[in-house]
Amino acid sequence: MQLRSNEPTGPIEHRWEKHKESSKLVAPANRRKHTVIVVGSGLAGGAAAASLGEMGYNVKCFCYQDSPRRAHSIAAQGGINAAKNYQNDGDSVYRLFYDTVKGGDFRSRESNVYRLAQLSVNIIDQAVAQGVPFAREYGGLLANRSFGGAQVSRTFYARGQTGQQLLLGAYQALCRQIEEGTVEMMPRTEMLDLIVHDGRARGIVTRCMKTGKISPHIADMVVLCTGGYGNVFYLSTNAKGCNCMAVWRAHRHGAAFANPCYTQIHPTCIPQSGSYQSKLTLMSESLRNDGRVWVPRKKEDVTKRPEDIPEEDRYYYLEERYPAFGNLVPRDVASRNALYVTSEGLGVGLEVDGERRGVYLDFSDAINRLGEETIRERYGNLFDMYERIAGDSPYKTPMRIYPATHYTMGGLWVDYNLQTTIPGLFSGGEANFSDHGANRLGASALMQGLADGYFVLPFTVGNYLGEVRTLPPLDENHADVTRAVRAVEERIHKLMNAPEPKHAPEYFHRKLGRIIWTKCGMSRNKEGLEEALREIPKLRDQFWREVKIVGSGAELNQTLERAGRVADFFELGELMCIDALQREESCGGHFREEYEENGEALRDDERFSHVSAWEWTGNPGEPRLHKEPLTFEYVKPSKRSYK
Amino acid sequence: MSEELLNLTLHVWRQDGPNDAGRFETHQANGISTHMSFLEMLDVVNEDLIERDKSPIAFDHDCREGICGSCGMVVNGVAHGPQKLTTVCQLHMRQFDDGHEVWLEPWRASGFPVVKDLVVDRSALDRIIQAGGYISIRTGSASEANEMPIAKAIADQAMDAAECIGCGACVAACPNASASLFTAAKISHLSLLPQGQAERQDRARTMVAQMDAEGFGGCTNHGECEAACPKGVSLQWIARMNRELVRSMVRSDSGTKSGRR
Repeated sequence: MQLRSNEPTGPIEHRWEKHKESSKLVAPANRRKHTVIVVGSGLAGGAAAASLGEMGYNVKCFCYQDSPRRAHSIAAQGGINAAKNYQNDGDSVYRLFYDTVKGGDFRSRESNVYRLAQLSVNIIDQAVAQGVPFAREYGGLLANRSFGGAQVSRTFYARGQTGQQLLLGAYQALCRQIEEGTVEMMPRTEMLDLIVHDGRARGIVTRCMKTGKISPHIADMVVLCTGGYGNVFYLSTNAKGCNCMAVWRAHRHGAAFANPCYTQIHPTCIPQSGSYQSKLTLMSESLRNDGRVWVPRKKEDVTKRPEDIPEEDRYYYLEERYPAFGNLVPRDVASRNALYVTSEGLGVGLEVDGERRGVYLDFSDAINRLGEETIRERYGNLFDMYERIAGDSPYKTPMRIYPATHYTMGGLWVDYNLQTTIPGLFSGGEANFSDHGANRLGASALMQGLADGYFVLPFTVGNYLGEVRTLPPLDENHADVTRAVRAVEERIHKLMNAPEPKHAPEYFHRKLGRIIWTKCGMSRNKEGLEEALREIPKLRDQFWREVKIVGSGAELNQTLERAGRVADFFELGELMCIDALQREESCGGHFREEYEENGEALRDDERFSHVSAWEWTGNPGEPRLHKEPLTFEYVKPSKRSYK
Repeated sequence: MSEELLNLTLHVWRQDGPNDAGRFETHQANGISTHMSFLEMLDVVNEDLIERDKSPIAFDHDCREGICGSCGMVVNGVAHGPQKLTTVCQLHMRQFDDGHEVWLEPWRASGFPVVKDLVVDRSALDRIIQAGGYISIRTGSASEANEMPIAKAIADQAMDAAECIGCGACVAACPNASASLFTAAKISHLSLLPQGQAERQDRARTMVAQMDAEGFGGCTNHGECEAACPKGVSLQWIARMNRELVRSMVRSDSGTKSGRR
């Protein structure tokens, strides 16, 4: 396997233009002769399918939800970054590029990140023209707010529903193409395998979730925009359906998987209330602007009502440990410290599996200082949501929060064209590994999804098709197609007929999630990772032996859907641990306890300034490592410190 | 934060497919924590059903934080259940009392055929958007975003209308099974904005025609839709939709939309 990044050379600000100018094109009359499959209909997939359809390609778009409008991009709250410099505070494309490379802890490809920063401004223009109702100032111009990791105000937002509004913009553009007949939309259809013919991605095998029908779909190329793998932890802020099946099937066909251990934990989520918990809900990070984080100093106080704990017995651990940044330390630092205090037995709230995993986020000082009305104006809807879920009013008693998995920076390895190591297989959005390095800054996920979908993929797809011109026709009866279909059918048969069926797939998923969370979560060490690598294969064997699915495969069967996804999480979870074990340094979302200095992450640029891209070898425990070296011509690696 | 455990009797609508007559089935849900969400309560019931070789209850859900619009069922006769402005995924069991009987039904409307149990086919809503619920702007051809100021009051109103999550509760709550609130919210969002003016003449006409073609009823001002809407989308948008519709009928520049419709 060869990792060729295919980055253009020369001054970084001209690379994308230069690349576009030298790209191959497909003439308008020839585009409809090319079929492009897009899997996923979120910001990246929806935008790519709509744009490719509009250009005249014959697009088939698939999603597992009942409508493309429901992809999980919809749940993004905060906003989207763009280097517009509308606030006249010195922002520029270069600054956004710089912040993103630094925020990613110097583990991303400079050329990609620069392009992302350049395209950010086009995204805002595009979204506004589509009718996305961004927040505005009284003068009618677009409003901005600031977000973590930046000293400028460059985040555009639509109340607390920026993801929803941007997704509806892409969805409506997609609907226009469905109406025009250039996009055929197949909702409630899940990709279960990739069809590779003559070394190129030529189609997918799907299961219709309403009827259970297994069908091959042949195309000239395949684009995967299927999101992240955060649900490997079982509990995460992802939607219940989010899964890694499409990317994992691609990986098993030869697509390298990059940096799987880079996962992001969000510090302010509502804690788990019981073992039945199905997902975690994120509370906007903005709450840390006015809330003070604390736990009791004494273990015997953890079950007391917070109001009854006197001031001197409260441990404001972030303020004490990080006097300069206090409660506003970056996401990873805030998350790790919550883990440390709760593992010391100082956690508060409900006991789940013998542990209290919660810390207080207290607004009483802010309410005394600014008045309840001001706090209501700032956070009213968040407080209401908290009360709906947790049953307490944050106006009267401190919120309880705890970190939760939120985003995965790792994903399919792609080159500058967003092409994977399989020719004809492209990947965009959270599904690929590019742009965010080891850590993603707030309000950058929407930016990357839309940059890939609207502006990068439509070009690079054309470049690929312009290069290959006419592909030999592939018949549905060809052995490469029938073999893929048969493999899918056999896998379903195996899942439905476990030798000693005992438990629903959730039973195993919860156990897997617990292993990954405790041993490959916020804080990792060699011993724990090796333990996880012994436990996961055992649990996987038990899963295949005891998973129980009632009903048949030839109908809507939600248990079967989940079982297939859990099966792939087992293999991906193992790769995560292998990657985390191999990367003997701490960077961004990957914190190895052995590599730290005064509690801060200690990068090792000598040994680890590279992308780890793993190749499938047929044995999930023995993947083959390939390294793409990272070079920094513009932003010189420096140490992150928030003390 | 105090926890109680509830024992509930569930009467759940079970239906194998669109052509099956369907029936209620009774299940016990015992030891349900008041901290559980409503869907987590169903997860617990389902895991138990699977362990006992019984077919689990099918229901749609995804984000479980009230924004994707996947979930929705009628709980004791009310779309999304008893708590105002709350999708059923964010409804928590502390809203129920020990010993309660709970009746669960799918959205019932001829425009939403039942797929299985509590899962319905809402693709009609997508087809209404496809009929004109968009602004035609080619990717990459947009002009600089701040060239066109939009008064904050107008932008805020457009955002109010755009809050719709497309769950279909409005249809389920309406005695006429009308999709007027859904359709009106999108027509209003786009017609309020300057960007939406070029296609305004035809949008209401084509979208309302599609709504009718899908078998949804008309609006007779019951207001049940607004009461059931988890996002508080206002009835006033239906009045605006009707004005838009009349406008498109009398203006000479309407009826120019090309395409398949």
